[in-house]
Amino acid sequence: MTDDAREAALVTEGLTKRYGRSEVLSDVSLRVAPGERVALLGHNGAGKSTLVRLVLGLLRPSGGCIDVAGHRPGSAAARRATAYLPEQVAFHRALTGREQLSTFARLAGEPVKAVMPLLERVGLARAADARIGTYSKGMRQRLGLAQTLLGRRRVALLDEPTSGLDPVSRHDVYEVIDEMAAGGTALVIASHALTELEARTDRIAILAQGRLVADDSLAALSRRADLPTRIRLTARSGAADMVQAELGGRRVNGCAVELRCAADQKMAQLSRISGLGDAVRDVDMMPPSLEDLYRHYCGEHRQ
Amino acid sequence: MITRILSIAAAEFRIQRRNRWLASATLLMLLFALALTFAGSAPTGTLGVDLLTVAVASMTTLAVYLAPFLALMIAFDAIAGEAERGTLGLVLTYPLSRGEMLLGKFCAHLSVLAIAMTLGLGAAGAAAAMAGGAGPDSLLALARLIGTAILLGASFLALGYAASALSGSAAAAAGLAVGLWLVLVVLYDLGLLGAVVFDDGGAFTRHVFPWLLAANPADAFRLWNVSASREVALISGMAGAGDALPPWAAPVSLFFWPVAALALAGAAFRRVDA
Repeated sequence: MTDDAREAALVTEGLTKRYGRSEVLSDVSLRVAPGERVALLGHNGAGKSTLVRLVLGLLRPSGGCIDVAGHRPGSAAARRATAYLPEQVAFHRALTGREQLSTFARLAGEPVKAVMPLLERVGLARAADARIGTYSKGMRQRLGLAQTLLGRRRVALLDEPTSGLDPVSRHDVYEVIDEMAAGGTALVIASHALTELEARTDRIAILAQGRLVADDSLAALSRRADLPTRIRLTARSGAADMVQAELGGRRVNGCAVELRCAADQKMAQLSRISGLGDAVRDVDMMPPSLEDLYRHYCGEHRQ
Repeated sequence: MITRILSIAAAEFRIQRRNRWLASATLLMLLFALALTFAGSAPTGTLGVDLLTVAVASMTTLAVYLAPFLALMIAFDAIAGEAERGTLGLVLTYPLSRGEMLLGKFCAHLSVLAIAMTLGLGAAGAAAAMAGGAGPDSLLALARLIGTAILLGASFLALGYAASALSGSAAAAAGLAVGLWLVLVVLYDLGLLGAVVFDDGGAFTRHVFPWLLAANPADAFRLWNVSASREVALISGMAGAGDALPPWAAPVSLFFWPVAALALAGAAFRRVDA
């Protein structure tokens, strides 16, 4: 099944937002299919929040159009179909987790008996009847995640879902994200935690100065960017100069040399390295990371 | 729509109870009402009315100041505070209109005020009735006082929401709320008093002044309580102004204000960025 054949859950077409003369979002066209996890990357101020708020219907576009599960953004049907986790998720301190989630359930038109299983799902069952004022940052984030699971959401917008969380909680968050995707929810995850996103998303969309400068799978983006793979060699003591003279590259510290080579030169380079015999003690290969790609696509736009 | 309004109202009422607003508002009303009732019990004999009538007259003066004050203190945080703490943005992504959210909060806050007024004024009234007697007239005056105090509170709740929606922060909203209280409850009367003195019984005093009085919710509250009961009027000495107005003027004003102020608050809320 190709992407075009599937009906997209979230579509933006030529989306533009202007404040006075400054254009914060220019001609952004994005499609997210059901079950797809899209990482939305960009510097602070690149337009990520504006895009999210437009999709939520909190802002009106200056141009272009948005379709949320077949509905106009901000309409009751679109809001029912959309889950949102804000970056700094906040709740009423005086309410308990269960009460807060029950209120959201009623607003979403979901049965209140759905609340307790959700609290259990995110590991808050024991804190369900404690006031949110006593919750830690991680617990509030879990509660925020629980409310995105209310009802059958077709689209989910998660803004920095793992910021400020410990590694175990981060893992749990991505488990919930995978579960939502498996259930057919189209997910847009805005984040700066590039290493996590690399492994956990299907597609990368990069915004730079309000424009969509990249929108593809990680593999396709890396192919197109054609970034060098970094090879780090650890030389036997005293042999670093010889290794550098033979292979070129850059000395990193006393005994290490770093080489860069294009994707199709990797094997040739490796055989030259093994030709050096025991002058090289260790080899590390680092293919271009999402961080390198991100820098590449953001920089490309600037020129 | 009703379920959404009620779910906001239920959560908000819980918050008010947990934040001890319900308890402190009720206690404040009760203490002041009791103190005024028994401190003001001296003129009973000379005027030939029961103690409850006297108590209603003093509590009318009390409620004019306290009901708007309590209402504004509860209301100022409603929108600006939620926007500041970041709880507003998430709630508004649910299928809930801003009008529904405002009405839900209004229901909860009005219940808090109604409980405070009924318990505070009612308990003081009951104490006065037991200590110095009451009749059907004075009991009706007490019921009227409680009802109109709730209406007065409703007006100022809605004005508080408008202040909250128009302010960028909770602190600014609190300042604006205090300003509203000062202008509508204190300075407005002083201004009118000055004008009446200056006019010295002229056309302004006879034809314009009573209407200006009825136009302010706090004065409308006073006029309604005073003009509806001859005895209360006698004690509070406000018979003159009430006589110049048709009997519907004060009630219409007191019912009009909550509706108009809620509409204003709703319009201002729609312009707030979530």
